[in-house]
Amino acid sequence: MTATLLFVQTLNGLQFGLILFLIAAGLTLVFGVMDFINLAHGVQYMVGAYLVAAFSVWTGSFGWALLLALPSALGFGLLLEVLVFRHLYDRDHLDQVLATFGVILFLNQAVKFVWGAAPLSVPVPDLLSGSVEIASGLLYPVYRLAIIAAGLIVAALLYVLVNHTRIGMLVRAGASNAAMVSALGVNIQRLFMIVFGFGAMLAGFAGAMVAPILSVEPGMGDNILILAFVVIVIGGIGSIRGAFLAALLIGLVDTVGRSFAPNLLRLFLDPAAASQTGRAIAPMLIYIFMAAVLFFRPSGLFPVKR
Amino acid sequence: MTELADTASAPAPSLSTRFEVVPIVLFAAFAAAPLFATYSGAEGYVLSLLTRVMIFGIAAMALDLILGYGALVSFGHAAFLGIGGYAVGILATHGIEDALIQIPVALVASALFALVTGAISLRTKGVYFIMITLAFGQMLYFLATSLAAYGGDDGMTLSSRSLVAGSRILKSDFAFYWMCLICLLGAYAFSRSVVASRFGRVLRGTRENAIRMEAIGFQPFRFQLAAYVISGMMAGLAGCLLANQAEFVSPAFMTWQRSGELIFMVVLGGLGSLHGAIIGAAAFLLLEEFLPEILHGVSFFLAEETRAHLAENWKMVFGPLLILIVLFVRGGIMGLLRRPRHG
Amino acid sequence: MNVTIKTLGLAAAVTLAAAPAMAQEKLKVGLLLTLSGPSAVLGQQARDGFQLAVKDLGSKLGGRDVEVIVVDDELKPDVAVTKVKGLLERDKVDFVVGPIFSNVAVAVHKPIVDANTFYISTNAGPSNLAGKSCSPYFFATSYQNDQNHEVLGKVAQDRGYKKVYLLAPNYQAGKDALAGFKRHYKGEVVEESYVPLNTLDFQSELAKIASMQPDAIFTFMPGGMGVNLVKQYRAAGLADRIPFLSAFTVDESTLPAQQDAAIGMLGGSNWAPNLDNPQNKKFVAAYEAAYNSVPGSYSMHAYDAALLIDSALKSTGGKMDNKDAVRAAIKKADFKSLRGDFKFGSNGFPVQDFYLVKAAKRSDGKFQTEIVEKVFDDYTDAYAKECAATN
Repeated sequence: MTATLLFVQTLNGLQFGLILFLIAAGLTLVFGVMDFINLAHGVQYMVGAYLVAAFSVWTGSFGWALLLALPSALGFGLLLEVLVFRHLYDRDHLDQVLATFGVILFLNQAVKFVWGAAPLSVPVPDLLSGSVEIASGLLYPVYRLAIIAAGLIVAALLYVLVNHTRIGMLVRAGASNAAMVSALGVNIQRLFMIVFGFGAMLAGFAGAMVAPILSVEPGMGDNILILAFVVIVIGGIGSIRGAFLAALLIGLVDTVGRSFAPNLLRLFLDPAAASQTGRAIAPMLIYIFMAAVLFFRPSGLFPVKR
Repeated sequence: MTELADTASAPAPSLSTRFEVVPIVLFAAFAAAPLFATYSGAEGYVLSLLTRVMIFGIAAMALDLILGYGALVSFGHAAFLGIGGYAVGILATHGIEDALIQIPVALVASALFALVTGAISLRTKGVYFIMITLAFGQMLYFLATSLAAYGGDDGMTLSSRSLVAGSRILKSDFAFYWMCLICLLGAYAFSRSVVASRFGRVLRGTRENAIRMEAIGFQPFRFQLAAYVISGMMAGLAGCLLANQAEFVSPAFMTWQRSGELIFMVVLGGLGSLHGAIIGAAAFLLLEEFLPEILHGVSFFLAEETRAHLAENWKMVFGPLLILIVLFVRGGIMGLLRRPRHG
Repeated sequence: MNVTIKTLGLAAAVTLAAAPAMAQEKLKVGLLLTLSGPSAVLGQQARDGFQLAVKDLGSKLGGRDVEVIVVDDELKPDVAVTKVKGLLERDKVDFVVGPIFSNVAVAVHKPIVDANTFYISTNAGPSNLAGKSCSPYFFATSYQNDQNHEVLGKVAQDRGYKKVYLLAPNYQAGKDALAGFKRHYKGEVVEESYVPLNTLDFQSELAKIASMQPDAIFTFMPGGMGVNLVKQYRAAGLADRIPFLSAFTVDESTLPAQQDAAIGMLGGSNWAPNLDNPQNKKFVAAYEAAYNSVPGSYSMHAYDAALLIDSALKSTGGKMDNKDAVRAAIKKADFKSLRGDFKFGSNGFPVQDFYLVKAAKRSDGKFQTEIVEKVFDDYTDAYAKECAATN
């Protein structure tokens, strides 16, 4: 039982980690390239989920909804950039935090205003609605495997995009020295817009992908935002590679740790005390992990040289 | 990466007389408020709201001490509110109800927590510092939710306010109000003297250029850690008062959202002036309390149902308001007060 | 947030003509509910239920014009304390009705009863308010928190389940839920699994459940957590093999999102929209017409709270000055509760029937819980005997 369980938990951790990666990738780029703290990144994830919910009611198909939601999420991200964020690039981080928090307050309330406070539901697309039996009596939903696949594909595309294209080169250069890139005649404003819109679309994509398995509700982006920050800080700000590794680590630590921490503690403590302590420690695990990483590597695992 | 908060720097310690008007007016208003409260006919409510303002003023000022003067953005400062609150709550359940014991215990506990977490956190800089302080705050939050003996997630109700040297004087809302005002004044005077001292100058110097400070023979780490501990203790004191104000303690005191709100209070009021933080706390809490009614009031020309809808969705106005303040009022509310002088 | 229900001009005119003698001040009722954040839907249900009752009673309670002041507690206990003080001292309300969450209920209890104001809970029923800290000013039209869990414990016991898997969020209410379940269930608990609050993904727990093969699972997963758990439980293929017993997990607030995934899942409740009595049928129809959603127990409790206040004031002739008289009138509970039988126990909590309910799809495509069987008759909570108040 333990081996199968461990395998399933690893799959779950992987899936959770990849969703985190989709969100963190945009966040770390925006942060790394523009030196801009965007707390509103989490609501872009929420908006992605709501868009797919709205479009799937309208079109009756998840596939079409996803196709419509992606450009809409991109457009929405660009709209926010033009309306609010553009005016904040030259401000200090605290102003950015305050203003983007204002965006969170507004959008959390706005989705409630438009769609109501009750959670919405998006049906799992028929094509992916089955399950595969990975051990006797244990079914694993195909849709989750699809999320893992989609996450890995996006990660691979990002890798190629960032490392082997001209725009990727500019982004990498921007992450280490934006002023220099600008001085070399690159339209930095346009670069910023591209990076920003792309990050918003990735977050929206993550929200759209989880909509069928999680409940779509106001404020769903707030907690995931904190986790995404944990990820980019562990990975090293501005590093896609770091974000990828850190996202998977956090996903695994959280999922696997949650179910095995009490078992591990049982080796040292009596069962009652072990389950008591295990329960107290489980939600702290990722924060303990982050504090430990930062203790030994104060700039994360893959600090971007600057 | 630029150091945080470097553009909104604090004014020089030699404040001109014009600036001193603000704190004097502020404290005079606090001192006069009980009179107003008596006439308003809802003194308990007015006092309790203003007491909350002063308590969060202390906490925000504590944060301003390291944020405005040291550029250390702690995203886990609500943890100290929790430490203070739980010191009162836990001691009270064990029969120790005197503030003269509770407050020192809370201060020592806050100092120890600040010393340990500060020593680790200060190894990092910038955003990494923000996130590691958040991590410690979250750890303490989850610890509090697992304290089943002390109410766990539901928190615990205090049977009464703390005693002072055995007397039940704080039972009166007025007495408690004055105690909070004295704490606020004391914390303000103490912070001002810290800021004006050599210690404060080193702290500010470290904010501007840590390497240079090191070159001229200071160890920035020690100064920053000391400031972090002082700030934590002040926030711990605010936690003691908050527990007494609500007569209730719960993990909700130390959520990360609460830490965020403290930062917003400081930024809203204006960094690095101490009384700016108090004004920021007041603005934040009073808006939270009255914005729904203001919206309801100013929309008198609309249908009642729409007005109710508007009042319920007050956060849709609060959010853009924050954005506008940031975009058009540099330096927070204090910046607004200063502006005429600069012309 | 002050939202005043203004008496409609017409109603006011009729009132003036009909009862010129009633030159009394308006009765003020403060509704303290969670109206922002992810749990806002529960507060909205309660608010709508209360306001519907006020409308049905002709914008009057006990013959007096009424002003309903709605405030949002933001699910922050210390914010709630300040707002309640505002209700008590600025608005001088005669009743505080609410809240949804137990931690808020515990925090505001002291200021309200210290002000000798009547406090009527429409959902939260924490054990200390039913037991040790009960008060002559506190009444609940809902239940004590443990009771819905006890229903399922009893059902699991009666159906002869030998092995049950328990799942709850790791916080006080979660622990209380499992304790409540075990009060009547005496079989084996194969695992007591606690997940962090706001867990959204239950794959690891589902994997464990599948490998342990229990006879049933019992869970308490309020709000969005319940939506996710139910959808994932169904997707993992467990729903048809292992009975899913739950409380506050599958109800009218979560069913719009769970939809088909929840059909057939069992819950415990003191009421369901299809409970067969005339006043309930009228209520459900009116609620659906007004708010375009199926009412849950949150709205039912709030509706009953308004009926309760109305009945008490009718009995005192609209007067609030003699608190003992008002209390005696409240205790009589002389109103037609939507759930049928209703009376108060010694601690101010209802003595009422509890049912096993099941999620179902109606012919109009909407979802609701429906009654399967009565589990407890005139059931008193387990803490009433600890209550010493002269209630």
